[in-house]
Amino acid sequence: MVDMLSGLLPPELWRLIVIVLQIVAIVLPLLLAVAYLTYAERKVIGAIQLRKGPNVVGPFGLLQPLADGAKLFLKETIFPSGANKVVFVIAPMLTFILALIAWAVIPFDEGWVVADINVGVLYLFAISSLGVYGIIMSGWASNSKYAFLGGLRSAAQMVSYEVSMGLVIISVLVTVGSLNLSDIVLKQKETVWFILPHFPMFIIFVVSILAETNRAPFDMAESESELVAGYNVEYSAMTFALFFLGEYANMILMSAMATVLFLGGWLPPMDIAPFNWIPGIIWFVLKICAVLFIFLWVRATFPRYRYDQLMRLGWKIFLPFSLFWVVLTSGVLVAFGWLPGQG
Amino acid sequence: MAFLDRTARAFLLTELVQGLALTFRYMFKPSVTTNYPYEKIPMSPRFRGEHALRRYPNGEERCISCKLCEAICPAQAITIEGEVRADGSRRARRYDLDMTKCIYCGLCQEACPVDAIVEGPNFEFATETRAELMYNKQKLLANGDRWEAELAMRIAADAPYR
Amino acid sequence: MIAALIFYMFAGLAVASGVMVISARNPVHSVLFLILCFFNAAGLFLLLGAEFLAMVLVVVYVGAVAVMFLFVVMMLDINFLKLREGVAQYLPTGAVIGLVLLVELAVVFGGWAFAPDVEALLAAPIPPTDQMTNTEALGRLIYTNYVFLFQASGVILLVAMIGAILLTHRTRTGVRKQKIYDQVGRTAANSVEIRKVSTGGGI
Repeated sequence: MVDMLSGLLPPELWRLIVIVLQIVAIVLPLLLAVAYLTYAERKVIGAIQLRKGPNVVGPFGLLQPLADGAKLFLKETIFPSGANKVVFVIAPMLTFILALIAWAVIPFDEGWVVADINVGVLYLFAISSLGVYGIIMSGWASNSKYAFLGGLRSAAQMVSYEVSMGLVIISVLVTVGSLNLSDIVLKQKETVWFILPHFPMFIIFVVSILAETNRAPFDMAESESELVAGYNVEYSAMTFALFFLGEYANMILMSAMATVLFLGGWLPPMDIAPFNWIPGIIWFVLKICAVLFIFLWVRATFPRYRYDQLMRLGWKIFLPFSLFWVVLTSGVLVAFGWLPGQG
Repeated sequence: MAFLDRTARAFLLTELVQGLALTFRYMFKPSVTTNYPYEKIPMSPRFRGEHALRRYPNGEERCISCKLCEAICPAQAITIEGEVRADGSRRARRYDLDMTKCIYCGLCQEACPVDAIVEGPNFEFATETRAELMYNKQKLLANGDRWEAELAMRIAADAPYR
Repeated sequence: MIAALIFYMFAGLAVASGVMVISARNPVHSVLFLILCFFNAAGLFLLLGAEFLAMVLVVVYVGAVAVMFLFVVMMLDINFLKLREGVAQYLPTGAVIGLVLLVELAVVFGGWAFAPDVEALLAAPIPPTDQMTNTEALGRLIYTNYVFLFQASGVILLVAMIGAILLTHRTRTGVRKQKIYDQVGRTAANSVEIRKVSTGGGI
């Protein structure tokens, strides 16, 4: 039937339809995942703090995200006086859209990727560096000092941690010899998951993505106790919801990135009978969940960092250490003749 | 050696890992939350909740309009007007209690010589309007009738310590 | 056809946002339009098949340089009236500089187009895209034919960086600084001493 349909339509149109369907197939589950990530967050942190978490709306509180969404949808959008309206509205959209379009290059299984481009890692990196703009624009357009301070903090923080993140990624890239995300996973199939040889880099990467997504203990951008809520303090209703969705979608995206780079993407832990019966996408989702759990676990465990200490950690510890690791990795690869493309 | 030990600990993130291990263990402990509207925690007989005016077993109201509670109330939430009845007994004509002012200090029940005004065990008396929180004598007496069994029990439980 | 349409979209947007950069009243808007312009330039690179350059343009210019611009511009308290005061006076000078730049661009482009060995340069180092990725081709070129130039530009950047740090860095005396390592290393054993003090004896 698919062949018949594709015969009826002009090939370019058909391709367009396929792409749109692929996008829908990624975005809808993603939004659902975002909604239930907020639920999971409240449940996990509740459990750690010996509380119950949401348990009233629906069985085990499972309908809570829908109730929250409906509430935000029905509220009034307020524009602060003196706000720059166009920028004020564009900022949350930008945050949300960026969190979605990055998924185009994530390989869910072997060949299951919308755009299998050769510079996938760079694309992800470019998208995550654009994320700064949503925050900095919202902070500036709100015409409020709290929002502005939150925006500045968050922008400086994201720019700083991108540097160490970039170096961490370079160690992985040097090992693989390709910027294509599928190639990275396939290389891990040949050898081992990169979490083993690059374990210190995995730790740095996890800490960096915590900082990159402005999550606790690096949530200085929205530290309630000093900046009320940071860059999104003036936002309400759907504009706020877009920020919220964007932040959580970014968390999932970064977890996917960690999974692809270090945890072997869609690969089963061992290529033997009971494990490789399970389809790759399930392994992929499970690994993302594991990394997301780290996000929540860390949030429930550690107090917020002080801002200057955050910068110190990023520039004085992570940057030199990851630079050292890049040199070490290259040295080992050259010394043992493991450099990709050499043999 | 101490230097080496400290540096190794810092690089292995021992303290962070210890913290994470602790919270991970706590995640599997049973939660201590009471599922409030369905479960309630035991309450002390001295709990100071919603006010009530009590009656004698024969149905006569206890309050003798001595105004000691009005005098001692630090929030000045109580307003009393007394009258002398045809049988010569002093009773309150008005007994108004502004629950929005009340700070639940319990001084009124301490001051009362006849155990008329008491603070009961009830704390679930939220209302939808502010006006409903301006209690008058009827409301307080109705409270007393509603909670009398428990009020008597509470006073009896506390009596040995007075 | 679609490729041409997309090209005109990117090109038109790039030119339009370039115009807006210099004509927008609000400097923050100018920077935002500049970012849009970078973005469209990246799109044009993509259409050329230079995906590595496109991504690097976004990462470096949009992700880092423009953020710094935005930081500075947002912090500035600019009096727009004062800025516009001397427009008529400076217009001729500006126009001349612009014209010189345009002519130089034309000369560079013309020189490149009519240079005798341009055919050989174009043909030689670039393998077809289906055999080698963009990134790899660029890497081979930079790290073989142009390795010294590349390293030299790296050294220049390093010198600039060190220079900037040297210019702004000053050691101030009498500043109390947190020494985290010492703080964390402090224990009861090396900071508290318990003594038995006799009454009226003092320490």
